[in-house]
Amino acid sequence: MMEICIYGRGGQGGVTLAELVAHAAIREGKYAQSMPSFGPERRGAPVLAFLRVNETERIKIRTEIAEPDVLVVLDPGLLHVGDVVSRLKKEGIAVINTKKSPEEMKSDLEGVTKIAVVDAMSIAREILGLPIVNTTMIGALLKAVGLVKLESLEEPMQERFGKVAAKNIDAMRRAYEETVVR
Amino acid sequence: MRKGKIVGLEGSFAVAEAVRMAKVDVISAFPITPQTHIVERLAEMVADGELDAEFICVESEHTAMSACVGASAAGARVFTCTAGPGLEYMYNMMTIPSSMRLPVVMVIANRALSAPLSVWCDHSDMMTIRDVGWIQMIAENNQEAFDLTVCAYRIAEDKEVLFPAIVHIDGFYLSHVIEGVVLPDEEEVAHFIPDYEHPFVLDPEKPVSMGCYGPPFIYPEAKKAQEFDFEKTKPKIKEIWKEFGETFGRYYAPVEKYKMEGASIALLTMGSIGETAMLAVDEMREEGRDAGLLRLRLWRPFPFKEFRDAVKDLELLVVLDRAISFGMGGPVCSEVKSALYDKRKELSIVGFIGGLGGRDIPIDGFKEMVNLALERVKMVERGEEMEPEMIGVREWGR
Amino acid sequence: MSGEKRGWQDLEIGCVVTEPGSAASYKTGDWRSERPVRDNTKCIKCGICYIYCPDAAINEDEEGYFEADLYYCKGCGVCAHECPRGVITMVEEEEEEGEK
Repeated sequence: MMEICIYGRGGQGGVTLAELVAHAAIREGKYAQSMPSFGPERRGAPVLAFLRVNETERIKIRTEIAEPDVLVVLDPGLLHVGDVVSRLKKEGIAVINTKKSPEEMKSDLEGVTKIAVVDAMSIAREILGLPIVNTTMIGALLKAVGLVKLESLEEPMQERFGKVAAKNIDAMRRAYEETVVR
Repeated sequence: MRKGKIVGLEGSFAVAEAVRMAKVDVISAFPITPQTHIVERLAEMVADGELDAEFICVESEHTAMSACVGASAAGARVFTCTAGPGLEYMYNMMTIPSSMRLPVVMVIANRALSAPLSVWCDHSDMMTIRDVGWIQMIAENNQEAFDLTVCAYRIAEDKEVLFPAIVHIDGFYLSHVIEGVVLPDEEEVAHFIPDYEHPFVLDPEKPVSMGCYGPPFIYPEAKKAQEFDFEKTKPKIKEIWKEFGETFGRYYAPVEKYKMEGASIALLTMGSIGETAMLAVDEMREEGRDAGLLRLRLWRPFPFKEFRDAVKDLELLVVLDRAISFGMGGPVCSEVKSALYDKRKELSIVGFIGGLGGRDIPIDGFKEMVNLALERVKMVERGEEMEPEMIGVREWGR
Repeated sequence: MSGEKRGWQDLEIGCVVTEPGSAASYKTGDWRSERPVRDNTKCIKCGICYIYCPDAAINEDEEGYFEADLYYCKGCGVCAHECPRGVITMVEEEEEEGEK
């Protein structure tokens, strides 16, 4: 089972990211569970969302994820807010929206051995015309850890976004291409 | 056997799907966290024409239940839902449908009670409505939220039942979590919950009086009749769950057992925490401890016989309460003790209170409870006092 | 006071009362401490007492005069208060009994 934390700010769509990937995994016949960090949503405040995917077994655990295998960071400004990064498992991977190179990022983050970086903000601004990176970061997440096929996200995005789904799918695919894993 | 298609649904939407497939006539509810998504989804379904129902917007939960009572008395199939403080506000009206025998169906997204203000999950709300005469069952996952809501209509409306029914789903843990749910064929659900006819409905052609004045000369007779009929619902509930299993492939029981073969120690839980407890039992079994897990699915009527049967070979029962009865400990634990008092005095029962106000209980938390319980049994043997204990609470901060 | 004493097994589901209008058998006349006594020589048959009676306990007779049905009349005195001609006097039950 893979346990993923999505770290973003209220309003950036971290919960939606978790939900979309969960829907995609369920469509592939896998077991998935997406969970918001419960409570009132506050725009701008650091917010966690949780995602579990299991290829073969029903997911029974329902607690928040304490030590994730994967940490998706939607906003690089959050890297030093709270202790979220330090809870990443030793062999875990951090998937980060940043303009920095993987080498720079790695030296910034003590104890993180594996990272994936992408300039999701630029992609989102260019394709969506909005600084909302959640769907873009799905591309980075899939590049970093596989999890589900890119195509499996198309239907969930269609259902969720309707007319603007195509742009979101483009942004996701573009990020998939541009993500660098180290 | 798995019939239907798997869909990713949050618990709230799974409930809304069940309500849609039940083809309810009237919905009246007031939104409150963490139940809000159920109301929103149903309102959307009615507005979009996916569900041909009357959605009565109300200014409070008290009125929501009043509207449900009126609609049900007129013979409509009705739905409402609430949570925490909303339920407390509704409390005033809760005994009406149960006494008037109106099969209202309600879902409660369980939430803690203020103060301090908490929107998060525990079972404080459901424990305040133990005695209002509703059939009450509790779901552990989103599939069960769907299934039990479907079953609730069939049970409540059964000619031999005719009592209102509640399905409890843990707030956030189920209401806001997306996971795979098998949605059965709509026609099959419609067939499972056919239209029903109440023997007495408000009808100008055949007038009746409901909810009459009950002076001392008749009130106790009315309550005796209500309690007698309520006790009789249990075999019917079991029968309907069996039929549900035969139709849809998922079976439910008043007391669910997990790895109870050869167990001398068992945990007892209610609600979504049960699945995490299963993982703890798996680990304890691997570590050589003969532990099992019981989950109370049917809370009212209390399944005395099934519960006694389930614990007959146990030496230690560890009860987790997600609520506190101040000055009395955990309400589930005290009920369990009373259920066994005249039957199994040699069984050690140790209660813990945990998971209040949305605090997670990790797998290790359950293992810790078992260890603590074993110590406490020794304390009791030494004649020491045993107070109810709250687990997962910080003693001193830093 | 109680009417028929039913056992719990005799009750309809939900304690529903199936006989329409069964409240008519309830004798509210027992509540009365004063009864309305009329002097019909002053009566103009206006029907004000009939309209105002809160229990609908006043009936019109064949001659067009009005009379309270003492099975239901609670003796509230509204009719006596409202009568424009002072036809109705409220008399204590005990006195009335004594005169009989």
